[in-house]
Amino acid sequence: MELIPSIKPLLAVLVSLAVIPVLVSSSEKPNVREAWTFVAGTVKFLLVVSMLPAVMGGNQIVLTLFKIAPGADIAFRVDALGMLFALVASSLYIVTSMYSIGYMRGLNEHGQTRFVSFFALAISATIGAAFSANLLTLYLFYEILSLATYPLVAHHQDAKSRISGRRYLTFILGTSIGLVLPAMIWCYHATGTLEFSAAGIFTDQLSKPSATVLLLMFVFGFAKAGIMPFHSWLPAAMVAPTPVSALLHAVAVVKVGVFSIARVITGIFGIEFLASFDLGAIVAGIASVTILVSSGIALSQDEFKRRLAYSTIGQLSYIVLGAALLSPKGVTGGLLHIAMHAFGKITLFFCAGAIFVATGKKYLSQMVGIGYRMPVTMTAFFIGALSIIGLPPTGGFISKWHLVLGTLEGDQMVMLFVLLTSSLLNAAYFMPIFYKAFFCTKEEAMFERKVDEAPMMCVIPLVITALISFALFFAPQPFLDLATLAVNGFIGG
Amino acid sequence: MNNYPALVVVAPLLGALFAGITAWVEDRFTFPIVLTSLGIGVAAAISNMALVLTSGTIQYKMAGWMPPMGIEYRIDTLNAMVMLLVSVIAFLNLAASYWNVRQETPDRAGSFYVMYLLFVVGLLGVVATGDLFNLYVMIEITSLSSYTMVALGDKNRAPLAALNYIFIGVIGASLYLLGVGYIYIKTGSLNMADVATMVPHMKESSSLLVAFILCIIGVWIKMALFPLHVWLPNAYAYAPVGFARIVAPLMTKVMVYAMVRLMISVFGMDYVFNTLDLAEGVVWMGTIAILAGGFMALSQKNLKKMLTYIIVCEIGYMVGGAWLGNELGMTGAILHILNDALMTFALFLAVGNMVYKLDRVDIADLQGLFGKMPWTMAGFVLAAFSIVGVPPTCGFFSKWYLILGAFEAGAYHFAAALLISSLICAVLFFKVFEVCFFEPMSDGHGDGHHGHDNAVAMAEAPASSLVVLAIVSVSLIAAGVYSGTIVDTVILPFLR
Repeated sequence: MELIPSIKPLLAVLVSLAVIPVLVSSSEKPNVREAWTFVAGTVKFLLVVSMLPAVMGGNQIVLTLFKIAPGADIAFRVDALGMLFALVASSLYIVTSMYSIGYMRGLNEHGQTRFVSFFALAISATIGAAFSANLLTLYLFYEILSLATYPLVAHHQDAKSRISGRRYLTFILGTSIGLVLPAMIWCYHATGTLEFSAAGIFTDQLSKPSATVLLLMFVFGFAKAGIMPFHSWLPAAMVAPTPVSALLHAVAVVKVGVFSIARVITGIFGIEFLASFDLGAIVAGIASVTILVSSGIALSQDEFKRRLAYSTIGQLSYIVLGAALLSPKGVTGGLLHIAMHAFGKITLFFCAGAIFVATGKKYLSQMVGIGYRMPVTMTAFFIGALSIIGLPPTGGFISKWHLVLGTLEGDQMVMLFVLLTSSLLNAAYFMPIFYKAFFCTKEEAMFERKVDEAPMMCVIPLVITALISFALFFAPQPFLDLATLAVNGFIGG
Repeated sequence: MNNYPALVVVAPLLGALFAGITAWVEDRFTFPIVLTSLGIGVAAAISNMALVLTSGTIQYKMAGWMPPMGIEYRIDTLNAMVMLLVSVIAFLNLAASYWNVRQETPDRAGSFYVMYLLFVVGLLGVVATGDLFNLYVMIEITSLSSYTMVALGDKNRAPLAALNYIFIGVIGASLYLLGVGYIYIKTGSLNMADVATMVPHMKESSSLLVAFILCIIGVWIKMALFPLHVWLPNAYAYAPVGFARIVAPLMTKVMVYAMVRLMISVFGMDYVFNTLDLAEGVVWMGTIAILAGGFMALSQKNLKKMLTYIIVCEIGYMVGGAWLGNELGMTGAILHILNDALMTFALFLAVGNMVYKLDRVDIADLQGLFGKMPWTMAGFVLAAFSIVGVPPTCGFFSKWYLILGAFEAGAYHFAAALLISSLICAVLFFKVFEVCFFEPMSDGHGDGHHGHDNAVAMAEAPASSLVVLAIVSVSLIAAGVYSGTIVDTVILPFLR
């Protein structure tokens, strides 16, 4: 492995930050503004991709920005795990930007410039988190992301979004300041470093009880991961416009949460350290409870986006569960699920938003027969749902397959049972939607049998992401290779 | 021997003299003179800093009198930094407050400027001096000018606040003077370095103990350490904006500097932490100050008042940190002198802009302010995040050292208080942001209905205020990301 110094990670972070003044100054010309969003998104994506070959070759790209204290700099290091996440976030940002145009203009939303600006800031912070070389830098971007997302959650500026925004901040900021910050300082105080390394940073500073407490402080503290009982901000945040729910609350924000937990498990404690204390089981147990309970709650949700939100909470815990299995296949499956779930779930959110733009309906009980009016959207929905359930021929199958193998590898039959039960529950909360959309009598149908889709700018993105979900079944290589590479680094190295 | 240390202090002093004359004779010249004198002060402070960094501590003998008889200015990295901080904030604030002064004290602008300069002279003197009695004189110059300035404020409430401030302030100064008296009786010297050499020989002396306690309580009163804070909130909230903006960030911080100076350079760490058994109790006082300040801030309806209680809370950070008895805690406390001055300055700059436009700044009056004053609010938000301790703003990094120091000292209650105060500050500021962002409430339910589109027109503060606010806001981040450098080049050389 080589360490390649390069300024590219910084550029990838800054490009969408740098474009914000341009976005603000062109607020009177929406088309120009949107064009700049695309330019920045594309440049960011290309910068990320340009680092891919080096990372695939087993190297890491490094850049130290500021020296704060020994062992705790503000620094970037692009490794396979970070690359996997950055690739997902930066590619979906472009698609979501397109979708935002269709959605926000379709609904004639106010404050669009503010919206795109904070969106750009949020994606900057996401990439920064992905490329962080140590816990301090990760925390920095984690916090920036929390705050940048607030105006997006509260976008409507009405009483409901005020309450939701408050709940969002209480959970996200409360846990990061109340749990992660002291946990991080504890780590630094004990070891004098916060640098991620496969062997972990601890040698013999921690007894088992304190290691358990510290680990739980991180797992619950990164509340963006939606681990119960710190999950309820996510359904509340669904009050935001759908592009936010789609990119941030299915991909960027929530995945920064699980990504951070994965980083702490693999880079701060180290897989072997946790295995030696047998701590994986506790986290796996917590994740399992979240998976089952949230899937159960999802069954009873009638509001489309809330059902998706509870589904997301469950799926996020798959990733945490995968990492906590501490077995090669399990961790691979967990990391892979970051990507697979992203493409599937964003499709579903796009569908929910497209239906809202076209018909103004938010509740599933009002969507009987929607398949005849919006066949493209509902077909995409079907593919996305298959991916979340984990059925072939979609990408979700690949990650769940690895997760299942991981449970077998570690001989953890309870976890296997959890995964399979959850898949059944996933099917139980998604398939009726699809069924009712197409299979209903004429009397039951709530829409005319006339095709009338949402604006093209809404439909094209969801078709793209659905196709990618489908294609990832046949060609999961970029993500699978990155996940395998990452895991080899964590366990083999 | 160069004269930078003296020039930093003398430039505003001469400025005050000339400004006093021109204010009588030809008022047009007053502001330029004041600005120039502070500008010279800043330049001298920069040269001073550069000199200390390259060639070490400067000993400057006033008028060539030899210490311990003569007054000595002893400039090391710490007071070079604080002098620079004071000079820069004084200069920037003057530039920012031109229109506020014209609005608030149109007929007494001349006296405002003169007192303003004298206040700055006092602060700089406190920081520069190496003489215990001179320190008293400088504290009194600062205090007397600030009593006057507070009284210039709100017509109904400022006089009482100022009177209150005078009574308590005089007690603080008297206690300090009494302490210095004891030191003089015991050692026969008033020069700090000179006294420091004698303290180790009289560790057991109870008069020295009394001297120490009197001096420390004196500066605690001046810095408004809870429960000695009661004078502060009203005095700062009812003072004219142009003055509130400088007294809030600087006065209490300079007094923290004085405390650190007394602890390290006069009595010595060995005496303070090994001979005396006070540290644990004082850290508890800091803890209580943090929590009490935070909770009192929560109950305020007026934005200025809320900020003044945040100052009380922040004083707890620095006192607690300095008394943790380890290098990390002291580093955090000193770093926080710088950081807290910057962020409090930014907050009060923003509030000054609001006052200029809105007159009243009850939190309920701030509706729609993100639309009305976007630039002011941007600075305000950044400063608020710094107070909360969000990286990469500077507030995070001093908190980082303070919590590390608390861990090392095993003072977990202090660490907990720091974290809780972060959360309290988050609540405080988001309460304000919510009013600015959501109100007036939109009539619709968000989707499709848009009461906000034509809600408020922009009405920003004068450009000079905004530029200064922008500079200070950027410095919040710069001080944050370069905190490693500041610690390595300024704080650690001082401590070691």
